[in-house]
Amino acid sequence: MSPARSAQRNIRDVVFVDGVRTPFGKAGEKGIYAGTRADDLVVKCIRELMRRNPSLPADRVDEVAIAATTQTGDQGLTIGRTAALLAGLPRTVPGFAIDRMCAGAMTAVTTTASGIGFGAYDVVIAGGVEHMGNHPMGAGADPNPRFMSERLVDPAALNMGNTAENLHDRFPAITKERTDAYAAGSQAKLAAAYSNGQIQHDLVPVATIKPGQGWALHTTDEPPRPGTTVEDLAGLRTPFRAHGRVTAGNAAGLNDGATAAVLASADAAEELGLPVKMRLVSYAFAGVEPEVMGIGPVPATEKALRNAGLGIEDIGLFEINEAFAVQVLSFLDHFGIADDDPRVNRYGGAIAVGHPLASSGVRLMNQLARQFEEDPSVRYGITTMCIGLGMGATVIWENPHHAEYESFATDQATTATTEGAAA
Amino acid sequence: MSAAEFQKLAALFPDEVVTHSYVQDIDLPGGVGKFALITLDNGLDHSKPTTLGPNTLVELGGVLDGLKDRASKGEIVGVGVTGKPYFLVAGADLSAVKTLKEREHGLWMAQLGHAVYATLADLGVPSFAFINGLALGGGLEIALQSTYRTVSTGAGALALPEAFIGLVPGWGGVYILPRLIGPENAVKVMIENPLSNNKTLTGPQAFELGVADAIFEPADFVEQSLAWAARVISGEVTPERKNSVDATEESVATRWAASVAAGRAFVEAKTSNASPAPAKVLDVMEANRTMTQAESAALECETLAGLMQTDEFRSTVYAFLDLVQKRSKRPAGAPDRKLARPVTKIGVVGAGLMASQLALLFARQLKVPVVMTDIDQARVDKGVAYVHAEVDKMLAKKRIKPDAANRTKALVTGSVSKEAFADADFVIEAVFEELHIKKQVFAEVEEIVSPECILATNTSSLSVTAMAEDLKHPERLVGFHFFNPVAVMPLLEIVRAPKTDDAVLATAFELAKGLKKTAVLVKDAAAFVVNRILLRLMGEVIAAFDEGTPAEVADTALRPMGLPMSPFTLSAMVGLPVAQHVQESLHAAFGDRFPVSQNLQKLIDNGVKSLWVTGPDGTPSIPAETLAIMSFGNTPSTGEEVLRRTQDALAEEIGLMLAEGVVAGPEDIDLCVIMGAGWPMFLGGITPYLDRVGASERVNGKRFLAPGVASAPA
Repeated sequence: MSPARSAQRNIRDVVFVDGVRTPFGKAGEKGIYAGTRADDLVVKCIRELMRRNPSLPADRVDEVAIAATTQTGDQGLTIGRTAALLAGLPRTVPGFAIDRMCAGAMTAVTTTASGIGFGAYDVVIAGGVEHMGNHPMGAGADPNPRFMSERLVDPAALNMGNTAENLHDRFPAITKERTDAYAAGSQAKLAAAYSNGQIQHDLVPVATIKPGQGWALHTTDEPPRPGTTVEDLAGLRTPFRAHGRVTAGNAAGLNDGATAAVLASADAAEELGLPVKMRLVSYAFAGVEPEVMGIGPVPATEKALRNAGLGIEDIGLFEINEAFAVQVLSFLDHFGIADDDPRVNRYGGAIAVGHPLASSGVRLMNQLARQFEEDPSVRYGITTMCIGLGMGATVIWENPHHAEYESFATDQATTATTEGAAA
Repeated sequence: MSAAEFQKLAALFPDEVVTHSYVQDIDLPGGVGKFALITLDNGLDHSKPTTLGPNTLVELGGVLDGLKDRASKGEIVGVGVTGKPYFLVAGADLSAVKTLKEREHGLWMAQLGHAVYATLADLGVPSFAFINGLALGGGLEIALQSTYRTVSTGAGALALPEAFIGLVPGWGGVYILPRLIGPENAVKVMIENPLSNNKTLTGPQAFELGVADAIFEPADFVEQSLAWAARVISGEVTPERKNSVDATEESVATRWAASVAAGRAFVEAKTSNASPAPAKVLDVMEANRTMTQAESAALECETLAGLMQTDEFRSTVYAFLDLVQKRSKRPAGAPDRKLARPVTKIGVVGAGLMASQLALLFARQLKVPVVMTDIDQARVDKGVAYVHAEVDKMLAKKRIKPDAANRTKALVTGSVSKEAFADADFVIEAVFEELHIKKQVFAEVEEIVSPECILATNTSSLSVTAMAEDLKHPERLVGFHFFNPVAVMPLLEIVRAPKTDDAVLATAFELAKGLKKTAVLVKDAAAFVVNRILLRLMGEVIAAFDEGTPAEVADTALRPMGLPMSPFTLSAMVGLPVAQHVQESLHAAFGDRFPVSQNLQKLIDNGVKSLWVTGPDGTPSIPAETLAIMSFGNTPSTGEEVLRRTQDALAEEIGLMLAEGVVAGPEDIDLCVIMGAGWPMFLGGITPYLDRVGASERVNGKRFLAPGVASAPA
């Protein structure tokens, strides 16, 4: 790193170069990744990124940040570092582990992106993994008794399904009929995206071996249930509350999977001939009441928009994580967006494809990047998600395929300063 | 050959650990089509390699027939074979093959393999082997019979070791390999490597030779192999085979003949043609240059059927599987390892060459401090300097890393005072081979060390019992007999004296394990095992020479045994004075069975170092002046007579050793001569050979090993 860089302290532009993910699997003994290690899933992603970007010398990767919610066993031992070593990156490449539950990978991206902006890194790999079969949600956690004794958090808030029911209570306008309709739509949109070949390119094939079955190759997601109808969903059990509204059909499942992305400074991307799929505009995290954690994306998005000097009307595409349909609808209602607005989750969402907790953030980014490419008329898009214990995360991205992106690029420094000032 | 016969063969092995053929349909990337991937898996962990027995082959054959049918219907575009983690498949189930009594059954086994493998090459769609790990013999031949191959950079061992085992690579390897990688390379893989300590290829080496068409790293080997297969099937990639040859070309015929001739010379030099298998490999390769693959297959089957019935094959399986792989890991008579005490510092008395070699070995393998002592600073410095220089040599050859070199050097120190042994747990002496000197050394050491400190002697010929006699704690003394060169020879004879206690013995065995040596427990008897057998053998040959047998007759008489070197060469290598010294102590212990040669003494007295002197043209001869020193009798023997007399002498000596209880059984004798003298596995060490040639019956009236252990079943 040149001494001049730290002396200048210019904010540098950060671009999303490329992202991949493993096909997502269903957690549990019958799932495709039963018997497969979480770290191996991350390794497949990192190696695929390096293969897809041959102009990126491995020793130019300055950091590997990998998120996992449960950081023990095959997700332990500082997984960013172990994955880098196991992937065959040079030993000079450092790595770390990161955790913000569902927004783990998203936080890996924003944290390393900040490092790029600050001048600490040129190129990074950021991603996440969750093997919920190997690590059931909350396994091994030991919540402080003060949460209970001092009523800091309603015990129900530690169970995500309960928080989704709480959200229904807060927003009576969001009915089970609406959430089921939304969920069926998610399945239909994913099926359409698959048939249009809009998902497959993001996937890294993963071979696994199981006793008595031999090696198999996984090239598609296991969780989707294409053809699901509102009628199918209506009769499902409501496991979190008798006569409740949240079902396995209008929520994301328990899943295994990993994601990883390459981010770079705009300069490094140009120097190394790396593609620019998105430019990072701003990001924000926000806290909400843990009992209604699903509302988190609302304040996070408002904050990120403020940081960027943008309004919600400037956003042409939304990739919002579907932990629960009710949580998506609460966001859409807040911003006055229709349940079936074509700007929202064009390829469906986690209700269909699955949500391996800490990995999902980069999946949203992969999909937004592809939609940017498909739709140059859109200038800005967001990736956003709710987070356990009451948080939200939002990242705003700019489409490099948009007509006005070029003029911006020629005047990069000024824009960066302007946006910095806006924050 | 028929399916019914194969079923009959399979039924002979109801207890076979079957390696199953699991099939998964895979959608190849790029919409190339459906691909059937077979995984060979015995359902056991990586400590239990997959093998190919008759039931395994019948199952694989059935699976391949089914896939051929699907291919004909256009359901699949290719077939792949790979293995459970770390193995493609380890090869034919040798312990099963060894028990095949009837030649016909061996023939069926050979034909079964060919029938199954032939399907791989005739599926109607291309076949691919993904060599993910170890692939030996029939395991590698599955890959060779496939249309295309990928190999993992992490694949451990790839080889066609049949010439070593006593067979030929007769499931197509001997036909395909020379065509695929050229006859010169094929001879290297099929002859030179097996006969050079059974050397194997790494994945990258195999790829470099052209054994595989593509190479991928282990992290996503199966994924990348499948992606590559898709590109081959779609026509996007056509593998180049830079070493492949067309056997019908005239220039290739010349290379082929030259390679076979070179192979024959190599076999002659290595084994004196004492085992039939290596020559048969070359016979089949020579013959099949002008054959079709089917014609070669028939010849391979007949050759295999014949070799499976040889005792050389059965003795090798006994030596390799039963002794080297199994018995050496669980030494007979070793006490419970839980009794072993930790050894955190080692003392070596003496700083001469042997002592320095021991210090280096201990420091490198055990990674504990080692202190050497000697009578003056100059000797001590020389010993330590030797160790440091050896470490530097290893560093220069990149056999160790700089940190490891620093660590090893720092571990080895010297002192002129035995006080340095005060906190040692194990002190070994390597001083002059004189009983009173050794006793004096131990008496001094005992004054300094703790009462639990183990004392060990590296004596090769003195009585450990006598050495323990005046010790305050005789239970702590154990014999620890290494072979020269210490770093290379794998055997360690651990000598139990009458008072040696179990904790001391257990510690000695744990140390041996840490030193990566094969330890055999022996009773305290003159010269223990290996030297006693070697000197009995040399004694017979030298006696025949002294009686008037011409040197070239005497010294070549044992060639049919295929020993690593002739008796006279061996005695020159050991050093005539050393050999004579040990012979004298054996003579003192056992009398005329170990005659002391006056001729040998005259050679020593005249400073002659070797009987044979190699002339400038490379031919060995005995100089006239050497002959003039000696005197000979007038009862010369023929080579056959010398051989028979040596066989009988060995049978007698080993019979006596077993009667004396020197070791637990003939298996330990065999393990000792394999690991300590490098005797060939096709002799089974030595007792299977003595049984085979009738010496055991002639001399002792009974065999050493029951029929079937290392020979044809009764």
